[in-house]
Amino acid sequence: MMPLLTTKGLSRHFGGLRAVDGVDFALMPGEIRAIIGPNGAGKTTFVSLLSGRIRPSAGMIVFDGADITGMPAYQRVRLGVAYTFQITSVFANLTAFDNVALPVQRTLTDGRSKGQLRGAVMAALERTGLSDRAGTLAAHLSYGHQRLLEVAMGLALKPRLLILDEPTQGLADSEIDNFIALVREIAKSATVLLIEHNMPVVMQLADRITVFNSGRILAEGTPEQIRANTEVQDAYLGATHG
Amino acid sequence: MRDASPAKTYALHIGVIALLFVLNFVLPDYHQGLFARIMALAVLAMGYNLLFGYVGLLSLGHAMFFSAGLYGAGLTVYHLGWNVPEAFIAGVACGALLALVIGLLALRTSGVAFMIVTMMFAQVFYLLILYFAAWTGGDQRLVVQQASRTLNLGGASLDLTNPTVRYMSALALFSVVLFITLAIVRSRFGRVLVAIRENEERTKMLGYDTLANKLAAVVVSGAICAASGAAYALLFGYVGSSFASVQYSILPLLWVLLGGAATTLGPLIGTLFMYYVTDITSGFTSAYLLIVGIALILLVLFFPMGILGSIRQRWLGWLP
Repeated sequence: MMPLLTTKGLSRHFGGLRAVDGVDFALMPGEIRAIIGPNGAGKTTFVSLLSGRIRPSAGMIVFDGADITGMPAYQRVRLGVAYTFQITSVFANLTAFDNVALPVQRTLTDGRSKGQLRGAVMAALERTGLSDRAGTLAAHLSYGHQRLLEVAMGLALKPRLLILDEPTQGLADSEIDNFIALVREIAKSATVLLIEHNMPVVMQLADRITVFNSGRILAEGTPEQIRANTEVQDAYLGATHG
Repeated sequence: MRDASPAKTYALHIGVIALLFVLNFVLPDYHQGLFARIMALAVLAMGYNLLFGYVGLLSLGHAMFFSAGLYGAGLTVYHLGWNVPEAFIAGVACGALLALVIGLLALRTSGVAFMIVTMMFAQVFYLLILYFAAWTGGDQRLVVQQASRTLNLGGASLDLTNPTVRYMSALALFSVVLFITLAIVRSRFGRVLVAIRENEERTKMLGYDTLANKLAAVVVSGAICAASGAAYALLFGYVGSSFASVQYSILPLLWVLLGGAATTLGPLIGTLFMYYVTDITSGFTSAYLLIVGIALILLVLFFPMGILGSIRQRWLGWLP
């Protein structure tokens, strides 16, 4: 099977700091991949390079067989690379409906989906359990609902690759369980790449785990392999509560 | 925005236009003239509001778009003897073209830099008008003669210097632009513009080319402001460089802030309010600008979202 996404020698230097340093990475279609690593390991920089929010210093990115290294972020989104932010960034002054209408009308314009705007928006809200709050300003939603809205927006983009940057940050334990179920649901139709600090979530969700350290890939494997890897334990797991 | 009942919204806007229509027959001569002027300039405020209120781009150079329309229409009538409709179109086209070029350059910046860059371009435009005084009249104004300001419509000829014709022409332009802005802000394009204002980075990550959307907004805004300028030249026969000065970049900002940014009717209310406060106070004292200033400060203190913006926030959430 051909990987959905590969990077070759992908690097991003900030002055002398090698935030991402010659990373070769491959992601198979349909998998849930978690990226873990200590703070400052370059995880967020790496996914930012994938989504196009920042430009690489060197290396290349191939998505579905096409070189997207120089492609602006908005065009990558149209190809199906969606990114949800580490900090909740729904449009606070817009209603939940308008928040979801933005990605939906994008896919309608691209011809990636058909039908009526209103129907598609309500369907996305229903899927995340927000349909009775369609007319509420996003700012007036609870934090958990805002995160769900964020996911609804990501889903409405019809992504082939959904990148989630610390999706469970700030969620209560009860909300985390719902979230895991939701990600599993998403993974039926899309490949999921998530950065996550919450180790139980990673161990439950991920098919494979990639461990970053100092801008490089330290290890990669199934949750069991990563758990057993002594190098990883030294660099990361041993230092946290994981 | 979408969930508000459209019937209520359209009823309100049609009601405002009907009220303005009736006022033509009720108002005394002086106020009839003033209202015609206010409606023409409210169009400038509406064009400004589209960019400032909905996209969140604060330009300090919109006098150049207004005067592009003013001179685009005025000069073609004055020097080339063009008819009113052609001259009006020429004015709007000048504004749209200028906005396209300025937009491409100025949108490389944002925030304070965008304010400074637009202001500098407007200043260049102003100085060019003074430099080419042989054609533009420089700091002397050009007066478009009454004979050139006649609109021929299918045999009937309308004299734009006639107060009622002038009032109705200004009202027609105002109504058309009001419904254009209403249609834009209720459209998918309008939703993207508001999203850019709220969080441009996020909008990009939803697959939108924000630069292209902002450029489109600058061009539409510039064209509307130019329509205001072209109408002003043709209706009032006054083509002067003072309209290209920085004052006319700041005034639409004030009108919009007063009336309520990102409201469709705010620009009219702000323009009306400012004109009448100035008009009334200048009747009492020569220090009327002092009173205008105090009124502005009070408004900003107690109604920071403008008159209509505050009304929307407190009572009428459905206002577009």
